[in-house]
Amino acid sequence: MKKSNREPLFHIAKRGTLPYSKVWGIRVLAVILALLVCAVVTTILTGDNPIQVYGGIIQGAFGSSRKTWITFQNVAVLLIISLALTPAFRMRFWNIGGEGQILMGGLASAACMICLGDKLPNALVILLMFVTSLLAGAIWGLIPAFFKAKWNTNETLATLMMNYIAIQLVAYFTVVWEMPKGSGKIGIINQDSNAGWLPQIFGSKYLLTIFLALIVTLGVHIYLKYSKHGYEICVVGESEQTARYVGIKVEKVIIRTMLVSGALCGLAGLLLVGGINHTITTTITGGQGFTAVMVSWLAKFNPFTMILTSFLIIFLNRGASEISTTFGLNQSFADILTGIILFFIIGCEFFINYKIQFRKKSRKEEKKA
Amino acid sequence: MKKLTALFLAGAMVIGLCACGSTSEDAAAETVAVEEVAEIAEEATLTDSTVEETENVDFSGVKAGFIFLHDENSTYDLNFINGAKEACDALGIEYVLKTNIPEGQECYDAACELADAGCNFVFADSFGHEDYMIEAAKEFPEVQFCHATGTKAHTEGLANYHNAFASIYEGRYLAGIAAGMKINEMIANGDITEDQAKIGYIGAYTYAEVISGYTSFFLGARSVCPSATMEVTFTGSWYDETAEKEAANNLIADGCILISQHADSMGAPTACETANVPDVSYNGSTASACPNTFIVSSRINWAPYFVYALTQTAEGEAIDTDWTGNIASESVALTELGSAAAAGTAEAIEAARAELEAGTLHVFDTATFTVDGETLTSYMADVDTDAEFTGDHEVIVDGYFDESGENFRSAPYFDLKIDGITLLDTAF
Repeated sequence: MKKSNREPLFHIAKRGTLPYSKVWGIRVLAVILALLVCAVVTTILTGDNPIQVYGGIIQGAFGSSRKTWITFQNVAVLLIISLALTPAFRMRFWNIGGEGQILMGGLASAACMICLGDKLPNALVILLMFVTSLLAGAIWGLIPAFFKAKWNTNETLATLMMNYIAIQLVAYFTVVWEMPKGSGKIGIINQDSNAGWLPQIFGSKYLLTIFLALIVTLGVHIYLKYSKHGYEICVVGESEQTARYVGIKVEKVIIRTMLVSGALCGLAGLLLVGGINHTITTTITGGQGFTAVMVSWLAKFNPFTMILTSFLIIFLNRGASEISTTFGLNQSFADILTGIILFFIIGCEFFINYKIQFRKKSRKEEKKA
Repeated sequence: MKKLTALFLAGAMVIGLCACGSTSEDAAAETVAVEEVAEIAEEATLTDSTVEETENVDFSGVKAGFIFLHDENSTYDLNFINGAKEACDALGIEYVLKTNIPEGQECYDAACELADAGCNFVFADSFGHEDYMIEAAKEFPEVQFCHATGTKAHTEGLANYHNAFASIYEGRYLAGIAAGMKINEMIANGDITEDQAKIGYIGAYTYAEVISGYTSFFLGARSVCPSATMEVTFTGSWYDETAEKEAANNLIADGCILISQHADSMGAPTACETANVPDVSYNGSTASACPNTFIVSSRINWAPYFVYALTQTAEGEAIDTDWTGNIASESVALTELGSAAAAGTAEAIEAARAELEAGTLHVFDTATFTVDGETLTSYMADVDTDAEFTGDHEVIVDGYFDESGENFRSAPYFDLKIDGITLLDTAF
């Protein structure tokens, strides 16, 4: 039974806090490695020059002023959704119901546009859209929060299931509002009158979303870092017992935070429906409610870092569809590249937190001796 | 530790969900057999004479951009992609293909990006792209925007926005004849009785494009097998392999002895192959995946339209606001017959094709069908799409329903529920 004493070849140990420079060193290294692996995969599978493919990715995101604007607009939407999820995450409340909360917000604005577009003055319609979509998102966040606070139900499952209810509701209203009947498509709402379309600012249809995203970033940062609410969220997240001990009403904090989280998702829905697409479909979110989970985590729940991480995701995404066009590659190939890069970036966080210790050679020699 | 587990669980669920999310309606068709795709690609579509006519045209100033809802994994989009490549290669035109463009603002963005990149001809292939193409057409008046299956060009009043379709109902009618012949064979063999001649049909949505399709298919089948009836079910999606397969199985269990479809996955054909029920597919041959049950398939050949529209663009001539291809222009095509087709099918199809081309036979001849027991003498169809869906054009001309007629629009507007066809569900 001597064998059991043998040390394994390597074991994983928690690292102490690394210096900032080293952390970023690891991250940069991960990106470089990811690009190298992508290059090898590209050359082997397609025979295309990887440098050109990388050029194509940059072209896709910044190839023209229109492309650049769209890239920033998409970053802004993803950023708002990520920011929306963040307060809940900080509280260790796993809100993966972003999809549903966005859809409900979107559905509320679509309802205002369709039902009130030609009955009320435009400014009033838009105001109502703001109010109702934030409210709809907030309610969709409130329901799981209420059950969590009251009976400690599992919020991951509850928020998740709420997504499907929202999708079915949108599917139902698609049938109610579809144009022409039976086609399963609503099409652009109020295409001629533009009633309920969010206004362009400074003559650009992209700026409003970007502008709002910046405000929300700042707002969430201040809310989490400097407000009493933010502090309470932090304490509840660290330990509910401690929170109770110091007199924080945990139930109240959970419900309040999810109201904020849901309302911000509702805002994203408003922008998607009223500002960008001017229609509603069950797939309008494009899975961003889930992508935002990754964005928020990658940024370690820091609103400003989230600008970077959401940019990274959108940049890769836009680049991916460009290379599938210019190189005649299938979209799936572009997705493979994105997957490789994300794998390395997420993987490197592991090496920042943990280290691998190999069996020391000297011991082996000792034993032999 | 608890926290870690929670984290891990949350992570796992999210990843699982992302995967689930993408399998919904818009996620493309990974599972289409590769052979199918290759088979469609091989079918030659442009005749030399079509291209020769354009010999003296200077195409150097034309750059074409194409927008597709999915990519070549979807039979519907592949059919367009092949047509686009073939036409552009034959004419020597530079082109850009944009695949996987959803029916939202992305379509407008893609169309504008193509125009930015110097395309003076932009085409989109999916019904839901229409509104966004119109928006782009307003922004780029000097670029020609063409859209397949759309309904709004003739009311929009834009000089640079055009709709196109083909009289695919004629192709479906011919495919229906092949189905009717097969049923006759089954009756003659004693496999079924005349009363059991029930066809099953899987449609995507409940609007005119689909109604026109299944009705023409049914009329074709009934023209050779008078006792035929049909049941139609809907999936509420253009591409949902599971739902289509399930629908086919339900129809078969319900006593349908032959299946056809107007939806874009391999779900129904493969279900038929498993159950050994003859099948008429759509968009291209499924013979290699379903060797025992495939009868025939109809499809629209888009290459002639692209040649026409690109030639008009090159010459600076106006493109038809509504262009309808037909059998004569080779826009409507049938695949080779499969092994399941009955003897004499080719001849029967040929005879009907000649009559259709000559104009002596009309698919929607009012003498061949009744609505609520009545023969139709007048019908106001909803040609101009509006919120109330009211009829606005008299479409019964010379004793037949003038589908995709010259004076109306290219996209189908036949939305009558004729006797003999039972709709099982109309939730969509």
